[in-house]
Amino acid sequence: MSQDIIMNPDGTQEYFINMGPQHPSTHGVLRLVLTLDGEIIEKVEPHLGYIHRSIEKMCEKDNYRQIIHLTDRMDYLSAHMNNHAVCLAIENGLSVEVPERAVVIRTIMDELTRISSHTLWWGVMGMDLGAITSFLYGFRDHEHITEIFEETCGARLTMNYNVPGGVMFDLHPDFVKKTKAFLADFKTKLPEYDTLLSNNVIFLERTKGVGILTKEMAISYGVTGPAGRASGFASDVRKHEPYSKYPNVDFKEILYTEGDTFSRYKARIDEMWESIKIIEQLIDVIPEGDFVAKTRNVIKLPKGEFYQKVETARGELGVFIVSDGKMQPYRMKFRSPGFSNLSALNEMAKGGKIADLVATMSTLDLVVPDIDR
Amino acid sequence: MPEALVITIEWITMGTLAILFVALLGLSLVYGERKVAAWFQQRIGPNRVGPQGILQTVADITKLIMKEPLTAGRSDHFLYNLAPFIMMLAPFIVISMIPYAKGLHILDMDVGVFFVTAVSGVGVLGVLLSGWASNNKYSLIGAMRSGAQIVSYELSAGLAILTVIVLSGSLQFSEIIESQREGWWIFRGHIPVWIAFLVFLISGTAETNRGPFDLAEAESELTAGFHTEYSGIKFAFFFLAEYVNLFIIVSIAATVFLGGWMPFHIGGLDGFNAVMDYIPPIFWFLGKVTFLIILIMWFKWTFPRLRIDQILTLEWKYLLPISLVNLVLVAFITLMGWYF
Repeated sequence: MSQDIIMNPDGTQEYFINMGPQHPSTHGVLRLVLTLDGEIIEKVEPHLGYIHRSIEKMCEKDNYRQIIHLTDRMDYLSAHMNNHAVCLAIENGLSVEVPERAVVIRTIMDELTRISSHTLWWGVMGMDLGAITSFLYGFRDHEHITEIFEETCGARLTMNYNVPGGVMFDLHPDFVKKTKAFLADFKTKLPEYDTLLSNNVIFLERTKGVGILTKEMAISYGVTGPAGRASGFASDVRKHEPYSKYPNVDFKEILYTEGDTFSRYKARIDEMWESIKIIEQLIDVIPEGDFVAKTRNVIKLPKGEFYQKVETARGELGVFIVSDGKMQPYRMKFRSPGFSNLSALNEMAKGGKIADLVATMSTLDLVVPDIDR
Repeated sequence: MPEALVITIEWITMGTLAILFVALLGLSLVYGERKVAAWFQQRIGPNRVGPQGILQTVADITKLIMKEPLTAGRSDHFLYNLAPFIMMLAPFIVISMIPYAKGLHILDMDVGVFFVTAVSGVGVLGVLLSGWASNNKYSLIGAMRSGAQIVSYELSAGLAILTVIVLSGSLQFSEIIESQREGWWIFRGHIPVWIAFLVFLISGTAETNRGPFDLAEAESELTAGFHTEYSGIKFAFFFLAEYVNLFIIVSIAATVFLGGWMPFHIGGLDGFNAVMDYIPPIFWFLGKVTFLIILIMWFKWTFPRLRIDQILTLEWKYLLPISLVNLVLVAFITLMGWYF
C-alpha cells in the first residue's frame, strides 16, 4: 500500500478500505482503494488490471477482419459502436466507399445501442442508490432492443455486425416494423423513468450538488460523453467530427453546466430522447441497394497511421492503427472513454460520503472491460 | 398439580408457541415480500416450489440451516456468535406483548407500551456487536450507521406513540384498544394523530432498517453492512429479526392508531357497529397489519436510499421538532376535550 497513515489533530486516524475487486457497485472487477476519515472520502485510488486481456496486443496477431470481433469485448454495452469505429478506421485506410444503405443501418444500430446502454445504465443507477425496482424497469426496455438485435445480427450482446465495407447481413424483414413499435412503446416508457427516479425527492437530494466536476477538470482529464457534457465540455464526436449519417440528421448536443451527479444523470436521459429522434429520421428512409461494399478477402492496409473516433454510449472512443503494409496491424491503440472518465473519479468523490462515491461512479457509467481492455 | 408446575408448563407452551409463531411469521413475510416486490417489478416472483411458490421460503430456510455454521477467522468468536441471538431476543420478548384479538396475548402489562419501547432498544445491541465483532470495516461502518440511526429514530417513534397515550390515558395495550371502541384514534384525534401516525411509520421503517433507510446494510455501498461476515443460520437470524421487527412495528402502529383488533366503529351508529362486530377481531388485526406491511414494502421497493447525514437531518431537524410540537398540541386537545 502506498498510503502512510495520517493522524488527525484530534487523535483519530484515517483508514483505508478496499472497494472491490468484488463489490456490488463497481460493476465488474474494478478495485478502488478508499482512504476514509469516518464516512468522508479523502482519496480514491483505482487499481486496474483485473480483467486485462491484452486486446491491443492480440490485435497485432490477428488480421483486420478478426480484430473487429475483439472490440465487442471491450465496452460490451456499446459493441456496435466499437465495431463501427474499427471499420471506419480500416475503410479510411482502404479508401472504400461504403454503400449508403450500410451507412444508414450502422447509424440506426449505433443509436439503438446507445438507448439500450442508457436504459441499462438507468436501471443500475437506481440500484446503486438503493431503488432496486428501476433495475427491472431498465432491463425491460433493454430487452426489447436486444431482441431486435438478435433478429438481425444473431447475437444479443457481442453483435459483431459491422465488417469492413458495410454490415455483415441485410436487415431482418421485421426490423423496421419492430423498431418503430419499440420507439412508440419506449416514448411512453421514458416518462416513467422520470416519475420513478428523476422527480423523486430522495433521488434529487442524493444527486444534486454531489460529485461536482468542473468544465476545466473535465477537459484536463479528458472526460467525454454524457459525463463530460454534463460539465459543459462540448465533446460530442457526432456533432464536432461527424461520421456516417450524423451530418445529415438533426439532433441536439446535450449540454449542462452544473457538472454534478444529477446533470450527468439528466444528460443521459436527454440523450435517449435525442437518439429516438435520430432513429425516427432514418428508419423510414433506409435506401435500397447493397449492404456491403466489395473488399478483398485479405485486407492489407497501406503503410501509415489511421485514426478514427466515434461517440460511444460512454464517450469518445478512438481507434489508432499503425500499419506497415502487412495483413496485421503493426500496432493498435484504443482510446477508451471509460479509462479517462474513471481517472477523474478522485476529483469528484473527494470530500463526499461513501454513498456519494457510489452515486458518482454510477453516473460515470463504467464498464470495466472497457477500462482494462 | 402444584402451582409451580402449572406455571412451568404454561411458560413452556407459550414459549414454544411464540417460537413457532415467529418462524411462521418469518417464512410468510419473506414470501410476501418477494411476491410484493415481484408485483412492483413486473415479475411473477417465486412460483416453482409448491403451489404459487409458497414452499420457496421453506426450502431457503432449510438450505440455510443445513449450511456449515462458519465463524469468521479473525473475529471475536464469542461476541460474533452471540450477536445473532441478541438480535432475536428483542423480537421474541416484544411478540408476547402484542394483542392479536380480545384476550389473545401472552402478557398484558400495565406499562406495556413503555416495556415494548424499552425492549426493542436491545435490538441495536445485536447490530453493534455483530459489526464490531466481525472485524470487518464494512461491518463496522454499517453498525455505526445503524447505531446512529436506530437510536435517533426511537425518539420520534416514542413521541409519536405518546400522543395516543395522552389521548387514551393508559400505557396498557388492552386499555388503549378499549378506548377506541367509539372509533379509532386516527379518526378521532384530528390532524395531530395523523401526523403522529406518519411520523411513527417513517421512524418505524427506519428502526427496522428497511428501505429507504436500509443504509446499515446498504448493498451497493457496504456489500451487506453489519452482517457481511455472517452466513448460514446466523445470517438467517438477522434476516428473520428484520422481518419480525417489521411485524412488531406494524402491529404497534395498528394497535395504537388503528384500533388493533377493534372493528371499525363509528360512535352512535349502533346498527353499523353491530354489523362490523360480525367480522372476528383476529381478522381485523391481521387485515390492518397486512395493509401496513404492504405499505412499508411499497416504500422499500420504490424509494432510493437516503444518505447517512440526510437520515440524521430528517430525524433531528424535522421529525423530532414536529413530534414535540405535536405532542404539546395533542395534550392541549385532550385537556380541552376537543377530540371526537
